[in-house]
Amino acid sequence: MTLHRLTAHEARDLLRKGEITSTELTEAVLRRIEEVEDKVKAFLTLTPEVALTHAAEADRRLEEARKSGTQDTLPDLLGIPLAVKDVISTAGIRTTCASRILHNYIPPYDATAVARLRAQGAVIIGKTNTDEFAMGWSTENSAFGPSHNPWDLSRVPGGSSGGNAAALAADETIIAIGSDTGGSVRQPASFCNHVALRPTYGRVSRYGLVAFASSLDQIGPMTKDVTDCALVYMAIAGHDPNDSTSVNRPVEDVTHHLVPEIKGIRVGVPQEYFGEGIEPDVADVVLKAVRQLEEMGAIVEEISLPLTRHSIPVYYLIATAEASANLARYDGIRYGYSAEAETLWEYFMRTRGEGFGPEVKRRIILGTYALSAGYYDAYYLRAQKVRTLIRREFDQAFEKVDVIAGPVTPVVAWPIGWAMENPVQAYLTDLLTLSQAIAGLPAMSVPAGFTQGLPVGLQLVGRAFDEATLFRVAYAYEQTTRWGEQRPAL
Amino acid sequence: MALTREEVQHVAWLARLQLTDEEIEAFREQLSAILEYAQMLEEVDLSAVPPTATVLPMRNVMREDEVRPSLPQDVVLANAPDTEDGYFRVRAVLSD
Repeated sequence: MTLHRLTAHEARDLLRKGEITSTELTEAVLRRIEEVEDKVKAFLTLTPEVALTHAAEADRRLEEARKSGTQDTLPDLLGIPLAVKDVISTAGIRTTCASRILHNYIPPYDATAVARLRAQGAVIIGKTNTDEFAMGWSTENSAFGPSHNPWDLSRVPGGSSGGNAAALAADETIIAIGSDTGGSVRQPASFCNHVALRPTYGRVSRYGLVAFASSLDQIGPMTKDVTDCALVYMAIAGHDPNDSTSVNRPVEDVTHHLVPEIKGIRVGVPQEYFGEGIEPDVADVVLKAVRQLEEMGAIVEEISLPLTRHSIPVYYLIATAEASANLARYDGIRYGYSAEAETLWEYFMRTRGEGFGPEVKRRIILGTYALSAGYYDAYYLRAQKVRTLIRREFDQAFEKVDVIAGPVTPVVAWPIGWAMENPVQAYLTDLLTLSQAIAGLPAMSVPAGFTQGLPVGLQLVGRAFDEATLFRVAYAYEQTTRWGEQRPAL
Repeated sequence: MALTREEVQHVAWLARLQLTDEEIEAFREQLSAILEYAQMLEEVDLSAVPPTATVLPMRNVMREDEVRPSLPQDVVLANAPDTEDGYFRVRAVLSD
């Protein structure tokens, strides 16, 4: 049996028919983890006992529903194994943010997204690796060591939600949720050949997501296919009074848009997404995907987003400024790592100096500098003004097109170690995933093929709150090409 | 836009972050490079462009000021390195 290979919707159908149980499915996933986790290192914490308890509970609910013939009214994700990025709070389950400063932190409450998935009956199997506080591109910045890309174990799985990406590619989980501040669900999905969605800012509650950059952070699904992505999105989207930036408007049922019909949808292809700094073989794979959309009836036209490269400094000034404020809370008093020190000031300095890793310190310093007296206007305020122009540029583009298509990243997964030796160059690899976060737009990564034996993703960007069109295009493309069904040899 | 060691040290103090000498030098170089890169924002015409305060189509979000249950004291203190009599315990704030 290879139950661990199933998608969530396949597993749901088998569970409802009584052909498999959640306990069997969960055991299969746990066995798979035992088999490959030494090589992949996707997880920071595993929770097999809790998982099997919840699986047994799901099996009871399934059996009762089958007896009364109501199994089709059960939640889609009942009994489905779930991996949670370790920056998302899970009540009673250690949540480290892959940082020494939170190495022993056990949240007293669930993030809203986690609570909603638990309410459906999803089975948490563990917490996954990430760059420390989600700051990075590769999981190389994890205090607990990097995860490995199942397509080539000497390479990174991407990041910051790289543990999820590695786990999905290795079939160590069925579904996952991550967070995206500047590409952190989309880029690892592209590096590991699976699907991920960054929802519109405000669509999914950030309550319980450990804050990195509050105006940019969003929780998003990471899944084996587009249908699963829609199911997880529908489970976590919607208003939450515990997050004042959560938007109170109805969530469109995107599962109605999982139809292979995109005739007449206008797809914009920004010339800047295929120009300087983009590896030609990555661009070729994605252009082929765009031609495929055209063959299926989409109307493709070239557009221009000239501020794309400006999104790098805008992002790094805003995100680090917000991070410097958000990470001020780690003082070693209420939770977390505690240093030896005589005085209180020394205690703060040492706890933070010893508790945070190099990338987090680099960003706190940059953000504090950008906000400090005399530099605020030149850096932070200027960045927020350019942010306004980036939003206008997208608004204008979306007057002409329904969806924007391009690569997710300019490169394929790099060898482990490269970003650590070249942190400043690594910032530039974020070129294609920052502007959508800056503008608060929904964006998706869908498997689009391979180059050099490594996966390449197609990025689809939509209007704010128009996830439905993204799902429609992504589903149609997936049904025709099925790149996401390919698995690495492990 | 080259930063000095003193500037890095000053910002590290503002952020209450102890850095080693090697870190100060590495960050000085790396942050100088990043700030130099950020100079491309100066080529953008920003006259009459307001800064973004939020990307959301929302104004202030208010709620009724009502008493609601909060976490129990022992749960709140459970993660603390040091507690005493239901309080977080810290080193002396004032020295004598």
